[in-house]
Amino acid sequence: MATAVKNTHTKNMLLDLKIMGPILALIVLVLVGAAMNGNFLSAGNISNVLSRSAFIGIIAVGMTFVITAGGLDLSVGSMAAFIAGLMILVMNGLLPTMGAGWPLVMVGLLTAIVAGTAAGFINGFLITTMRIDAFIVTLGTMGIYRSLVTWLADGGTLSLDFGMRAIIRPIYFDGILGISWPIIVFALVAIIGEVVMRRAAFGRHVAAVGSNDQVARYSSVNVNKVRMMTYVFLGVLVGIATIMYVPRLGSASSSTGVLWELEAIAAVIIGGTMLKGGFGRVWGTIIGVLILSLIGNILNLTDGVSPYLNGAVQGVIIILAVILQRDKKAEG
Amino acid sequence: MSDQLTLSLNGICRSFGPVQVLHDVDIALHPGQVHALIGENGAGKSTTMKIMSGYLAPTTGELTLNGVPVSFMNSQDAEAQGVVLIHQEFNLADQLSVEQNIFLGHEKTRGLFLDKAAMQAETRALLKRLNCEVDPSARVQDIANADKQMVEIAKALSRNAKVLIMDEPTAVLTTREADVLFEQVEKLKADGVAILFTSHKLDEVKRISDQITILRDGHVVSQGPASDYDEDQMATAMVGRDVSSLYPMRAGEVGTTAALEVSGLTVPGFAEDVSFTLHKGEILGISGLIGSGRTEMIEGLVGLRSATGQVRLNGDDVRFKSPSQAQAAGLCYLTEDRKGRGLLLNKGMRENLTLQSLPDFTNWLIDHAAEEVALTKAIEEFDIRAPTRHVAVGNLSGGNQQKLLIAKIMLADPSIVVIDEPTRGIDIGTKQQIYEFIHALSAQGKSIIVISSEMQEVIGLADRVLVMRTGRIAGEVSGADMTEDKIVRLAMGLDAQKEETV
Repeated sequence: MATAVKNTHTKNMLLDLKIMGPILALIVLVLVGAAMNGNFLSAGNISNVLSRSAFIGIIAVGMTFVITAGGLDLSVGSMAAFIAGLMILVMNGLLPTMGAGWPLVMVGLLTAIVAGTAAGFINGFLITTMRIDAFIVTLGTMGIYRSLVTWLADGGTLSLDFGMRAIIRPIYFDGILGISWPIIVFALVAIIGEVVMRRAAFGRHVAAVGSNDQVARYSSVNVNKVRMMTYVFLGVLVGIATIMYVPRLGSASSSTGVLWELEAIAAVIIGGTMLKGGFGRVWGTIIGVLILSLIGNILNLTDGVSPYLNGAVQGVIIILAVILQRDKKAEG
Repeated sequence: MSDQLTLSLNGICRSFGPVQVLHDVDIALHPGQVHALIGENGAGKSTTMKIMSGYLAPTTGELTLNGVPVSFMNSQDAEAQGVVLIHQEFNLADQLSVEQNIFLGHEKTRGLFLDKAAMQAETRALLKRLNCEVDPSARVQDIANADKQMVEIAKALSRNAKVLIMDEPTAVLTTREADVLFEQVEKLKADGVAILFTSHKLDEVKRISDQITILRDGHVVSQGPASDYDEDQMATAMVGRDVSSLYPMRAGEVGTTAALEVSGLTVPGFAEDVSFTLHKGEILGISGLIGSGRTEMIEGLVGLRSATGQVRLNGDDVRFKSPSQAQAAGLCYLTEDRKGRGLLLNKGMRENLTLQSLPDFTNWLIDHAAEEVALTKAIEEFDIRAPTRHVAVGNLSGGNQQKLLIAKIMLADPSIVVIDEPTRGIDIGTKQQIYEFIHALSAQGKSIIVISSEMQEVIGLADRVLVMRTGRIAGEVSGADMTEDKIVRLAMGLDAQKEETV
């Protein structure tokens, strides 16, 4: 009894640090940024940071579910590039018959969502039904999608028709009440994700499967279905992120979405979700995403440190986050 | 002789923070003697064993080896001096061979390379000394539990153990496997090894120990030669009250309508052509050696494994492809493996309690308030004792985990429950409570199947006992025929031979 009481006590204190850690880091970054550059807290800069965070952020919300269920998806960056390429090809291809306009944009959006769903389903099918390790499956599909987009673009860049670009531009650059669409979509995805994780049966099942899939199975949870759904959700969210991304540049190439998977995974881990599964929190992931993009932003705005060191600083933050959140009762 | 050791604890006290868990414990382990340490869960047995073997230091008091005070720095230090603890949960690397496990961390080398020949020879010699016929090159994951226990002992002997401390060595063994273990224990005794073991099975304690120490709440409440005790006296000393009526009397009448009719159930590789009927309100026992396919047969029944055969539930033909289908029809299975398959150890009681019946608590979103109400009710109804409501389930004692697991299954409100090993590794007081729960459920009209390796348990609980052997029903006993002897004969196929010759 004594040990149990003591454990829960120290655990509570650790839990506090675990909860507060990412928030404190974010506050420190904001203060540092504000101190270093007067423009940092301007509406323009904040809007810019948030809009750019939206792609990774939307994907990272889905990644939180995959990782919490004990899985992993390395293919999301390539998947985004492939979906972007596909979306552009479909819209360019249908342009002569449908003409430039919103109906064609709708077809493009639908393409992205369907392709994302299908890609997520393929990953999920191979991992659950075929019982191949998630790391291997998504390493494979990562290579496949990257190679496909390079092939579709013939080694170069796939560009959306100029007329269409003008039409879809507002999806990234406009918004309501001065808040751009990517930020609105990101916020919606984040809120829905947080509610599902915390309050829906699906979120509870995801954590149970990641914690111990045998216990989940013996408790009448359909483990394969839960796993499958996490990958399909992630695929859909990659599709949505791509919809936000394509209007920004109007093109896709083999360098689109490179390393997005690692940034998304890093954001999830910084946010306090356990890499081995069983516990995840979406709001932590959002903070993780903001921390990563703020680092880049601050390095760009200040003269002291070269922006080329962005990756190094991010790397240090990721490792620090994991050290701080480590379970202290590791065996001696 | 210098290769014999007497280990003594003198006035050992141990506190964790402000709470003292051991009070003035004196125990002496003599060469060639088996000393049993018994007590309820939480009485301080584990702490005592950990202090003996260097895993914990005493707060006050001293340890002596052959009369010389010692203080072990850690378990390696204790091992080096000949004191070895064998954990209840095997400490073996599943993927490595028997031989690799025995020499793990103490590999013999010749120059830069492993001296495989020498290690193999010594492994053979050790296993031979233990009368264990397991192949030294077999992977540990492929061998039986009893053999794993032997490998643990061989590992201890290879480190030259003079004092062997065993934490519930028979908890995962069948009666027959335990017999094999006890033969080896006799041999070790004859070799002058001092042995201490713990067990919840008092008949074993009576059978193999020379000395007995009974702990209650960290105090030694009784100590002396085993011949001075009978099982009732031990149990009474352990719990501090009379437990002579461990099994409750049958309260209700057994119904005559069939709740579950199984015929020709086959689970490929585990069970063949199993047929039986379970009546309303009945408690049906299933006995058999570990590996007889008891668990796998039931797992096939509830949709956890693929199976063929006919199943009728309350008269309707059913076929379950998943446990959720079985649950929807009112049939639930409570696993024997509460840590690996029953509970999420790093989650709280609330999440665990409602996991199996989450849809009942969900209307778009999970109703946390309703969950809390259910938890309060479960804590009360099943007397779950936890330090706080938010404690991780892994920090609960085994008995409380089992109670929570029962509460979890009952929340799904099944009409038929299969309970696999209801009291494995649980102290006698909690056992009694669990037996009462089971009887209360049957009195409510629920039909119950109890699978158990403990003969006493199935006999004490069940109205009828099915005995399984190598995947088949070897026979059924009921009424006055429900004796350990009958069941053992069926389980080991002694009667079957007779039938075949008729």
